[in-house]
Amino acid sequence: MDIVVETDRLGKRYGRTWALQECSLHLPAGRVAALVGPNGAGKSTLLHLAVGLLRPDAGTVRVFDSAPYDNTTVLAEIGFVAQDTPLYRDFTAAELITMGAKLNRRWDAALARRRLAQLGIPPDRAVGTLSGGQRAQVALALALAKRPRLLLLDEPVARLDPLARREFLQSLMGSVAESGTTVLLSSHLLADLERVCDYLIVLHASRVQLAGGVDELVAEHKQLVGPRHGNDPVAGVAAVLRASHTDRQSTLLVRTNANIDDPRWTVHEVTLEDLILAYLAEGETQSSHEAWGVPA
Amino acid sequence: MIEFVLDGRSKVNTYMQLVQQVKQALRVGLLEPGDQLPKVRDVALALAINPNTVLKAYRELEIEGLAEGRPGVGTFVKRSLAGASLPNQAKLREDLVVWLHQAQAAGLTPEDITALMETTMRATLAENAVSGRPP
Repeated sequence: MDIVVETDRLGKRYGRTWALQECSLHLPAGRVAALVGPNGAGKSTLLHLAVGLLRPDAGTVRVFDSAPYDNTTVLAEIGFVAQDTPLYRDFTAAELITMGAKLNRRWDAALARRRLAQLGIPPDRAVGTLSGGQRAQVALALALAKRPRLLLLDEPVARLDPLARREFLQSLMGSVAESGTTVLLSSHLLADLERVCDYLIVLHASRVQLAGGVDELVAEHKQLVGPRHGNDPVAGVAAVLRASHTDRQSTLLVRTNANIDDPRWTVHEVTLEDLILAYLAEGETQSSHEAWGVPA
Repeated sequence: MIEFVLDGRSKVNTYMQLVQQVKQALRVGLLEPGDQLPKVRDVALALAINPNTVLKAYRELEIEGLAEGRPGVGTFVKRSLAGASLPNQAKLREDLVVWLHQAQAAGLTPEDITALMETTMRATLAENAVSGRPP
């Protein structure tokens, strides 16, 4: 399987604070990957490292098998839409397409024009006067005009209303179907991710908590409900992520490595959202207990 | 051509929802052998879902022998699920309507009816399997 993005113990530090630490992951080609985590988890930092805007302070990042920092060859293969889709606000969409043609080696201006025409976006108005949804569509069209083999999107839909969000994801999925581009997008909106992504990376407290194919991850995690459970291991359970107990009953969210055959446990499937929340919550309690200097 | 819809609240995988919708359409005769399934790009665009999910659903249908991919053209229905039962369904439906009216007259609520159906179906089909009668 081709690997598009590969990081090995990657780290980035701002002053004395590590924004990203010990980050090791790989993203296979052809996937649409979600990068999930709370604000400040290191999502933007990871994306900026992957697009070569930042230089690593530890470890390595490789995109299409080369280091992206100060590397214009690999840059031609990467499309990047930064947070809040920054564009030159006084330029019209048509002017931005012309500009892109002058700044890029590979540029499909016809593709960008066709996309924007389909969406009914005016070519002759300053993009600063367009709606947020339309601006996001312009930014996406520009990124896709590069015909990138990897598309990185930092919170592309966070500021959009539900309709604009849906329209943006529709355009994105339509173009992924046409081009087969690998996508890595960061987002908070878990419900959208479930439809759009087939690969998941959970970042929390500047570390990777979980990474893998969505179907595999969802399949190997289960919720177990059964009689009050001590600390004795349950056959088939690799790790307990979350446990809550009443005097008679225990509810566990677990990662499994085999079927749970023990008849005392009722096994429930989990959704992607359950899974992400469990991993985020796990990082949360650990770090806050530490910060307050109280035992967990 | 059919159009897919997604139940966002369902716990069923997106790709499985697509598979089930095709099968349902095959069962009721909405899709017939030779019909083309919606293009992957169109489904991804319409539902804002990952095209890999659509591909996975179509591959599943191919594995089950219900559909076949023609490179560069699309995916087509190969076999129907309605089979010989489709013409009989109208008559069976009439019988069922009569029975449902009887059940209602006897004071059964819709939940009672569903429960009775399910338990009876399980018991009867299990019996048939043991005695070797056709299901």
